[in-house]
Amino acid sequence: MSAKAPVEITTAEGTTAIRICTGSGCVMNGSLDVADCFEKTLEEAGAHETVRVVRTGCHGLCENGPVVVVAPDGVFYPCVTPKMARGIVEKLVTDGSYVMDYLFRPAEGEEPIVRYSDVPFNASQQRIVLRRCGVVDPEDIDDALGLGAYDGLKKVLGELDPESLIAEIKASGLRGRGGAGFLTGQKWRFTRDAQGDTKYMICNADEGDPGAFMDRSVIEGDPHSVLEGMVIAAYAIGAHEGYVYVRAEYPLAVKRLRKAIEQAEERGLLGDDILGSGFSFRVRVKEGAGAFVCGEETALIASIEGDRGMPRVRPPFPATSGLWGKPTCINNVETLANVAWIIANGADAYSGIGTGKSKGTKVFALTGKVRYSGLVEVPMGMTVRDLVFGIGGGCGEGLDCKAVQIGGPSGGCLPERLMDTPIEYEALAEVGAIVGSGGLVVVDQKTCMVDFARYFLTFTQDESCGKCVPCRIGTKRMLEIVTRITEGNGEEGDIEKLEGLAIDVKRASLCGLGQTAPNPALTTIRYFREEYEEHISEKRCRAGVCLELSRYVIHADSCRGCAVCKKHCPVGAIWGEMKQPHTISVDRCIKCGVCVEHCPFDSIERV
Amino acid sequence: MPKAPTQVMKLTVDGRELAAQAGKTVLEVCRENGIRIPTLCDDPRLEPYGGCRLCLVQIEGMRGFPTSCTTLAADGMIVTTDSDEIVDLRRSVVELLLSDHELRCLSCDSAGACALQDIAYEFGIEESPYAGERHRVWDGIEDNELIERDYTKCISCGRCVRICHEVQGCDVYGYTDRGFEAIPNTPYASSLFAAGCEFCGQCVSTCPVGALTDMPSRYRGRIWETSVVESTCGYCGVGCTIGYRVKEGRIIGAQAPLERGVNKGNLCAKGRFGWSFTHHPDRLQTPLIRRDGELVPATWDEAVSLVAERLGSIRDEHGSDAIGGLASAKCTNEENYLFQKLLRAAIGTHNIDHCARL
Ligand SMILES: Cc1cc2nc3c(=O)[nH]c(=O)nc-3n(C[C@H](O)[C@H](O)[C@H](O)COP(=O)(O)O)c2cc1C
Ligand code: SF4
Ligand code: SF4
Ligand code: FES
Repeated sequence: MSAKAPVEITTAEGTTAIRICTGSGCVMNGSLDVADCFEKTLEEAGAHETVRVVRTGCHGLCENGPVVVVAPDGVFYPCVTPKMARGIVEKLVTDGSYVMDYLFRPAEGEEPIVRYSDVPFNASQQRIVLRRCGVVDPEDIDDALGLGAYDGLKKVLGELDPESLIAEIKASGLRGRGGAGFLTGQKWRFTRDAQGDTKYMICNADEGDPGAFMDRSVIEGDPHSVLEGMVIAAYAIGAHEGYVYVRAEYPLAVKRLRKAIEQAEERGLLGDDILGSGFSFRVRVKEGAGAFVCGEETALIASIEGDRGMPRVRPPFPATSGLWGKPTCINNVETLANVAWIIANGADAYSGIGTGKSKGTKVFALTGKVRYSGLVEVPMGMTVRDLVFGIGGGCGEGLDCKAVQIGGPSGGCLPERLMDTPIEYEALAEVGAIVGSGGLVVVDQKTCMVDFARYFLTFTQDESCGKCVPCRIGTKRMLEIVTRITEGNGEEGDIEKLEGLAIDVKRASLCGLGQTAPNPALTTIRYFREEYEEHISEKRCRAGVCLELSRYVIHADSCRGCAVCKKHCPVGAIWGEMKQPHTISVDRCIKCGVCVEHCPFDSIERV
Repeated sequence: MPKAPTQVMKLTVDGRELAAQAGKTVLEVCRENGIRIPTLCDDPRLEPYGGCRLCLVQIEGMRGFPTSCTTLAADGMIVTTDSDEIVDLRRSVVELLLSDHELRCLSCDSAGACALQDIAYEFGIEESPYAGERHRVWDGIEDNELIERDYTKCISCGRCVRICHEVQGCDVYGYTDRGFEAIPNTPYASSLFAAGCEFCGQCVSTCPVGALTDMPSRYRGRIWETSVVESTCGYCGVGCTIGYRVKEGRIIGAQAPLERGVNKGNLCAKGRFGWSFTHHPDRLQTPLIRRDGELVPATWDEAVSLVAERLGSIRDEHGSDAIGGLASAKCTNEENYLFQKLLRAAIGTHNIDHCARL
């Protein structure tokens, strides 16, 4: 597969296959029933021998699930129902073509797009990590093997010693995708050099950021890419035992991972004497109870050891003293999913993608007020704007994009005017955001940035492990200040107090959680200070989000005086003659919003 | 990697060149050299923790503000312990702690012996600038008469959890909840009895504030009204160094000095809480000899002579094996050795046993 490979979802031999996404998102939208229906209909039509139904992982465009792509042509059907499935099969068996009406249309009335790879969402993506996601059946190792899985491992065990392997990964420029962006080859080097006979390789699949689903999708869609990366990493560092730490809230990922481990063991790709090389590596799955902090590597180790997931002070780093005090390498799911590709295609092919110190691609979970949300993989160096507008299609609903939050609760927000910043570790850090693990939330003008900061602080405060004072109490006090600002009780000096406290919390906290928790607050103050000021001095929320600062108004120009709102208002706060514009009494209104829901003319607005 | 402990290293702290043994933390080296670094979660009996963040310092070549309690001293290290930035950060940490602390120092038994109070005083903090929620109201049940828990004063330093785990191996406490609510507690806030507590009071001894207090001592004397009289605990042969807190000639509590004795600050339930017998009206103050059916006070000379005389006559009349000795675990090893010597060599019997064997 070439580095330039676009999002191509086809079969190897040009046979016909119906690929239906059975990732968590599409399953929730009923894709399992749809898959059954496809199979049943094919059987009824006598075509089940020639057309295969493949239950795959995520295709990317989750919002349009259940997503179906029919090979060899890559015809794309969004939001497929069992009824549509029958129609699709009928057309396929009769003349091998597609159902025009079911095709994807970017907007109502626009021309349909036939092929999945032609959808603008996919046009500028580049899939390395997700190379087999949405293509193979994650529960069938033969599917993955047919598309190159474990070729990297074979090459490593056959041709490379650990030293040249580490050199190759170093040369690729691969950096950790778990958040910190540490050079992967360097981390392997440290763990390899550490004293000790027993070493451990851990894959971090905790993924606790709200809105993030990159790692889950990779494991659900192509678990072998992660396992292969783990075996290669274990070989590099000299580990014979490893763990995948995955949150228990990811039952599907856990199931597929376990199945993949079983199948890989059966094929001699995992376990004792892998491929007859003499190298052995066993993997266990450890299910985490779903604490954000357990993604932090030392807390993760404590959790595997059976303790409460609380971070420990580094140094010593896990590379010298990790699990059970032994040298341990911890890598993120996405980091590991890159590894085999690099080996198979060469470090140069990888470092040829991206820019400066940020090589390869990055997977993002694109969510929020964006037209197309879902899972995307883009080359490093692409601008945030290209990602949000080019791939995500902008905000939609005629609203302007206001900002993007990159890096989840540890990241920062970028205002629209800075969206030409390239997706690179250093460039994003400079403007206060981070590449992070890959959560990307787009917000429009209807989002209040103070409230936005409050949302993330609520999350980090809840998830603080409580070990250290600045994070445990500091984030609480920050949250209290931000909350009182959103409630109209902000005071002169609150912004400065918040900033001061934020800096202290960053500096004094023990682990990355506390050290980064103030970022959303700091960046929203940095770029949207005027919104904070308005909340405090004018008691105004321009987005109309903060309940205490907003009121409901009826626009006289569009109100027809139908009195529906008046009938529904539970406190009798609405007045007006029939057929005359109505008004809402600010004093009486309890801001329940019932009137908005009932107005047939969209005349009521919260401002 | 820590080097062999004999090696001596040189490091510079606040411009002073200090010699240090390898294996020591920066905090330990500073303490040995009289450089004060405030701490709350540190206890020499416990593994370094790094939770309170008060001991943070700056070290050339290291990012940010490493905690001195967790950082091993290394040759050539250049440490700053008192820059303005450090002092500001520490102050901020104390202010945060105070914002979640029930300031009931007036009647708190720890007043005067409270690390938080001392540090607040050191920084001259009158009031925390961060008013906010304080909700450590603890609604657990307590049904013992030795240890009182008041989590409205807890600073979550984790020392109780750690001493119970690391030193006692009991694990009565653990952390519960997350975020602001995170607090050390017994499982499901059960009583200490239900949690399997052995009432050694080690948690009380390590709690730097008034969250865990010693009930038998409560309201009996302010720290500054008492003096500490050092002694050896009489309960068993270990002979722990113990410091009795004495007010007006009466014992009102027991503690143990951290750096001395075989016990290095540790005590068991008896040593820590079992001191009230000293002032009990029924306590024997002199030996008693029964005369005409009445026990009457006697001197030690009288008593020992009487025992020697009677033992001698019993042996002469009935033989050595008519006598047996039962030694006590309250005696030291040496005393027990001498006791069996007395029985075997002086009296001539092997009839000797020890209460610890029963
Ligand atoms: C609060 C917190 C949460 C984290 N969560 C994750 C996570 O869910 N997944 C992950 O891979 N790394 C997470 N990390 C980063 C890990 O500590 C660690 O750096 C990473 O797993 C290393 O892998 P990499 O070098 O491949 O990125 C988290 C860090 C912090 C401070
Ligand atoms: S920074 Fe927060 S999560 Fe990390 S150790 Fe401190 S309290 Fe725990
Ligand atoms: S009870 Fe005392 S020792 Fe335990 S965590 Fe609270 S303050 Fe620390
Ligand atoms: S004494 Fe070092 S962090 Fe508490």
